Amino acid sequence: MSSRVLSFSLRLAGTFAAQEDCFLYLQQGELLLGLFGEGGPQCWAAWSVPTVRSGWIQGLRSLAQHPCALHFLADSGAVDTIFSLQGDPSLFVASAASQLLVHTLALSMQAGATGCSGLWDGVWPACAQKIMGHLEESLQSTAAPQVTQALNVLTSTFGRCHSPWTETLWGQLCPLVARLLERTPIPAAHSLVDLLLSVARSPALSSSHGRLWEAVAQALRCLSPMQAGSLALGMLKLPHCPQALRVQAFGVLLQPLACVVKATAQAPGPPGCSMWPPGWLDGAEGSSLTVDTLLSSKSACVGILCQTLAQLEELQPLPQRPAPWPQEPLLGAAVTILRLCHGSATSSSSGGGRLCATLAGCVRVQRAALDFLGTLSQETRSQELEKEVFAVLSEYLGSPDSSPTVLKKAFQTTLRWLLSSPRTPGCPDLGPQPLLFLRELFPVLQKRLCSPSWEVRDSVLEFLTQLSRHWGGQADFRRALLASEVPTLTQQLLQDPESYVRASAVAAAGQLSSRGLQAAPDSPEHPQAQQGLLGELLCILSTDSEGFPRRAVVQVFTEWLRDGHADVARDTEWFIATVLQVVSQDLDWEVRVQGLELAQVFLVQRLGQPRCPYMVALPEAASATPIPEVLQSLCRLRLFDFAFRALLDCDRPVAQKACELLLFLKDKTAMCGGLQEAGDIPGSASGQVTLQRWRAGEQGQLPGDLQPEAMLALLRSTDLEGLQARLAQSSDHMEKSPQSLLQDMLATVGVLGENEADCY
Amino acid sequence: MKLYCLSGHPTLPCNVLKFKSTTIMLDCGLDVTSTLNFLPLPLVQSPRLSNLPGWSLKDGNAFLDKELKECSGHVFVDSVPEFCLPETELIDLSTVDVILISNYHCMMALPYITEHTGFTGTVYATEPTVQIGRLLMEELVNFIERVPKAQSASLWKNKGIQRLLPSPLKDAVGVSTWRGCYTMQEVNSALSKIQLVGYSQKIELFGAVQVTPLSSGYALGSSNWIIQSHYEKVSYVSGSSLLTTHPQPMDQASLKNSDVLILTGLTQIPTANPDGMVGEFCSNLALTVRNGGNVLVPCYPSGVIYDLLECLYQYIDSAGLSSVPFYFISPVANSSLEFSQIFAEWLCHNKQSKVYLPEPPFPHAELIQTNKLKHYPSIHGDFSNDFRQPCVVFTGHPSLRFGDVVHFMELWGKSSLNTVIFTEPDFSYLEALAPYQPLAMKCIYCPIDTRLNFIQVSKLLKEAQPLHVVCPEQYTQPPPTQSHRMDLMIDCQPPAMSYRRAEVLALPFKRRYEKIEIMPELADSLVPMEIKPGISLATVSAVLHTKDNKHVLQPPPRPAQPPGKKRKRVSEDIPDCKVLKPLLSGSIPVEQFVQTLEKHGFSDIKVEDTAKGHIVLLQEAETLIQIEEDSTHIICDNDEMLRVRLRDLVLKFLQKF
Repeated sequence: MSSRVLSFSLRLAGTFAAQEDCFLYLQQGELLLGLFGEGGPQCWAAWSVPTVRSGWIQGLRSLAQHPCALHFLADSGAVDTIFSLQGDPSLFVASAASQLLVHTLALSMQAGATGCSGLWDGVWPACAQKIMGHLEESLQSTAAPQVTQALNVLTSTFGRCHSPWTETLWGQLCPLVARLLERTPIPAAHSLVDLLLSVARSPALSSSHGRLWEAVAQALRCLSPMQAGSLALGMLKLPHCPQALRVQAFGVLLQPLACVVKATAQAPGPPGCSMWPPGWLDGAEGSSLTVDTLLSSKSACVGILCQTLAQLEELQPLPQRPAPWPQEPLLGAAVTILRLCHGSATSSSSGGGRLCATLAGCVRVQRAALDFLGTLSQETRSQELEKEVFAVLSEYLGSPDSSPTVLKKAFQTTLRWLLSSPRTPGCPDLGPQPLLFLRELFPVLQKRLCSPSWEVRDSVLEFLTQLSRHWGGQADFRRALLASEVPTLTQQLLQDPESYVRASAVAAAGQLSSRGLQAAPDSPEHPQAQQGLLGELLCILSTDSEGFPRRAVVQVFTEWLRDGHADVARDTEWFIATVLQVVSQDLDWEVRVQGLELAQVFLVQRLGQPRCPYMVALPEAASATPIPEVLQSLCRLRLFDFAFRALLDCDRPVAQKACELLLFLKDKTAMCGGLQEAGDIPGSASGQVTLQRWRAGEQGQLPGDLQPEAMLALLRSTDLEGLQARLAQSSDHMEKSPQSLLQDMLATVGVLGENEADCY
Repeated sequence: MKLYCLSGHPTLPCNVLKFKSTTIMLDCGLDVTSTLNFLPLPLVQSPRLSNLPGWSLKDGNAFLDKELKECSGHVFVDSVPEFCLPETELIDLSTVDVILISNYHCMMALPYITEHTGFTGTVYATEPTVQIGRLLMEELVNFIERVPKAQSASLWKNKGIQRLLPSPLKDAVGVSTWRGCYTMQEVNSALSKIQLVGYSQKIELFGAVQVTPLSSGYALGSSNWIIQSHYEKVSYVSGSSLLTTHPQPMDQASLKNSDVLILTGLTQIPTANPDGMVGEFCSNLALTVRNGGNVLVPCYPSGVIYDLLECLYQYIDSAGLSSVPFYFISPVANSSLEFSQIFAEWLCHNKQSKVYLPEPPFPHAELIQTNKLKHYPSIHGDFSNDFRQPCVVFTGHPSLRFGDVVHFMELWGKSSLNTVIFTEPDFSYLEALAPYQPLAMKCIYCPIDTRLNFIQVSKLLKEAQPLHVVCPEQYTQPPPTQSHRMDLMIDCQPPAMSYRRAEVLALPFKRRYEKIEIMPELADSLVPMEIKPGISLATVSAVLHTKDNKHVLQPPPRPAQPPGKKRKRVSEDIPDCKVLKPLLSGSIPVEQFVQTLEKHGFSDIKVEDTAKGHIVLLQEAETLIQIEEDSTHIICDNDEMLRVRLRDLVLKFLQKF
């Protein structure tokens, strides 16, 4: 028998045995013992194939559903086999074995619960005892893999099962876990951290927390900084963690940064920069992390700094983060790390010098520190520190050595700091500090826009788009921007050879133009300058060979339409007709979806917001234009055509969007027009036919030149709601449906003789 | 083994290594930074330069005003520029046997050494090094000779007077040894002494050592050198690069297991990453040209310019600069551009494979074909007809003291639209610009130095594992301007030995072995005896013959024939071959020895243990046998018979051969 068939049989038998009566029937025939018992498949040659072992475990997993099964497991020796499979060379089998143990333990405890109260009477059922014994033995083992297996089983148990018996379980195993912490080196440290976190999160352990906290405190002291970090973060996220432990945990997280600050202490930092809040670092004093261990190897140093920065970043926005939050020292540390990476930190101490040598040019740390710095922008800060931050950001943005990825992060962080910069009350403008920074930034942006690296050009354009979105209306910003060559360069980058850059340039130029910040059209050598940005963007939309710039153009157009951009408002109908005509020909489905979005915005502007089903019905006077007129214009603009054609689109998101748009139209026009039947209107009949044929699976084209009435009739007669529901289903719903399975089976049975291999 | 350090410039080294009776000069760099103290040599009369005020002492004494001119607070020598030569007094340079050149920048002092010191040896260099080195020398001679200067200032060099001058003239070292440029004739004569070598070629020097050039990855034909004997290996690493640019990649593997590694020519700008700088160069170039300004790039006619042109080739279309002309002006521009295309075997793999397509390895060929890049020998002639602005001009010399660049500085310096972009790292750009102040033109410093940085060095040293590292003193401490950057120095164990100009270093390295060959017939006659498992010994009687630093053991002459009356003299020439006593080995077991003595009738034997062995006392015979690890003494009172008997008993326990 092939191993696959054997594996399938084991699973099948398990599935059948899930029902108690079925189980009993199978057991009578000794089939189960033969399949899952001690003398079962383990003795077969096929047992060496992982699929068979996996099938065996899956079979048992299905089988283990009722008390009879528990007896079977305990008596048949299957549990011992599961124990041994925990160390299986196949990871899938090993993991499934652990999961099965977790499940069996829980099931056995559940079955042992007395009466209808479901409370556990304190005596461990046989199966549970066996498993407990194994876990205890493993926890005392000197072999790290065994300890890891036991810890993983316990982690899953505490994570999944919150019954009262878990508390007793913990009470029994806690001393063994604590003893693990006394070993050097601590075995399976990662799994140990996971277990402690899992226990701490378990709602069932209300009264045993005392011992847990002791174990956690011990772990925070004994584990390496790298491992203690994740435990510390987990503890700080707990709402009910005792204050002393929180202090200790936070100390662990702060320690690496404190080390860096200490090593570079001679650096003339801002006053108070190295002043950590009293108490936070006391708990970490016993920690082994010193500057020397931090510096022991480059990879260790980089690893721990990146991890710590990411963890603090995760902690910062949480409501349960430690208070008071040491904003200033953290800012100081982030700035120092960035300076060390950049080689601009001055420190005469040997530790500082070595740290500088280790971190110089390290892109990973730079990215992590910039992300963290960005997070810190959300807090209050002193002006002096803000100056420091802007200074270090300037260094990064201006330095030719900043790698493109670091530069992108630097731009993102800069934007966050600019956005969160405190403003003078009553004045919407930028503060003096950011303004000064921006003025110095524009020459840098100018240079960066000419960078040979496309990633850099792209990041600058994205940054510029965001900048002008937020401050495009402010006088100081406008003056600074217009005094630079940034608008001209942005316009030039519409011709960039890299499509991503062109796309970003389209977005940036569109945003600048919305804000009236476009380049002065005084460069007659540029042919496109004559036709204005609108013409240039239309040209990109119809001729660009890449999808990204074309998508960006439609997005910009949508935004322009929404904001009432002057170029669009001049002749909106012409604009819509032109854009839709180009978009309908586009091969990129995202462009077509964007085109539908544009059409929808246009419709909303003409017909008013979609009705909200929960809103009190307002009188139907919201629409400024009478509906028949709107319909006329929609036909003129061939918007109906566009939308119906999109409904037939072979790309599902396009059809979905079109459906949404037509539903909106249907809703808006429900009250309008005569009650003419669809069949009476010329054109609508053939439209119907096309739609029906399409439903039957054929492609087709709608006839051109539909009249409003025909359109309306078509709209009403089409089952758009049904279509929407069908489109909402995932693309593989057919394959996944039971019907499909049945069809496949029937088809296979029909040709079984010829095509045996396909039978399953 | 000694190292004589003749140059203090870490990237323009000149050292002499004495090793196994050979004297080897490693590189022959010429320190051109001395020219920064001189006024620029304008190609056309410059009213600004000729009207600069003369400098006078504080007390108003103006006796130096003909020699020294003042410009924006700086004082310059108004004379033909002079160069700082390697030390010539530290060692008699006529004793130098060979000169090994590592790259074309490090051979510029060659004519001074080969033509004026009595040097009679050979110079070894690769072909591209020689050809491009010739171009650099030719350009230098041309730049200086085409603008003859009437006066030559020497008064200021007087020690008493130099003390009175302002910095940096006051602090200039060895000004009395500064020399003017050599002539083309001297260049040709010097280059004629060069013997061309290829990578990995083994060159025997007098049978004593073997030298081998290895690719160093820095420039066309640039090489590191291995100098080795049978038991010693010295590596000379000078100007190497691990970046992927146009030359063949660096051969690191062959540097492994050196006894001494001499490390020179690291990057001069360790904080600037060449990639970032190229980006900076392109961005600034594009910004200037878009604004209608001109870009001036002072550069050497070979080297980084090839990479810059390649970057621009890819960049100009994307930046919309296709219509901007690029000019390359140098007396050797044409040769340089063409030479680069023909040294395919010396290029990186990528470029080599292009040759088989066949395509020119460098894309500047296409730039020239499409008229985007034009080259001219000087600003005179065709250039003035074709000149169109805005444009980008590549021209020398990067010191801004001579060459066509002086003209462009004068021409474009007044407009803030123009930009000068410094890419060569050899000169401080602020000092280079000093005689042009006040300057409206924008200045951008993008030094591109592809040579090894300290991180790469530390990796290299970790892999190569040399016993000792020798380097210029500048590399053993952080740069003075960034004293906190402990990463910007060589960090190795044991610490590197440092040298400075005019210092002699005794390298901490003793030669312990010498290889000697045995003639086959002599080897045949040997009868080895195994004394320990795996170790056999044989005695050899032979004549050691030494010639050309090679040592050979030859069979000893046959035992002299019974001397005939007439041939008696012949035997006198033959070395005296005594009958050799056998060599003994083994140890004497004291107990067995005593038993043997007893068997042979000695009685009343007493054994005493001493620190070194044993003493066997034959009290009756009043004799004492002292047995130690490496000697046995028989002390008896004038009884030769007894001594011989005892000796024979002792010998029974030892092996003879």
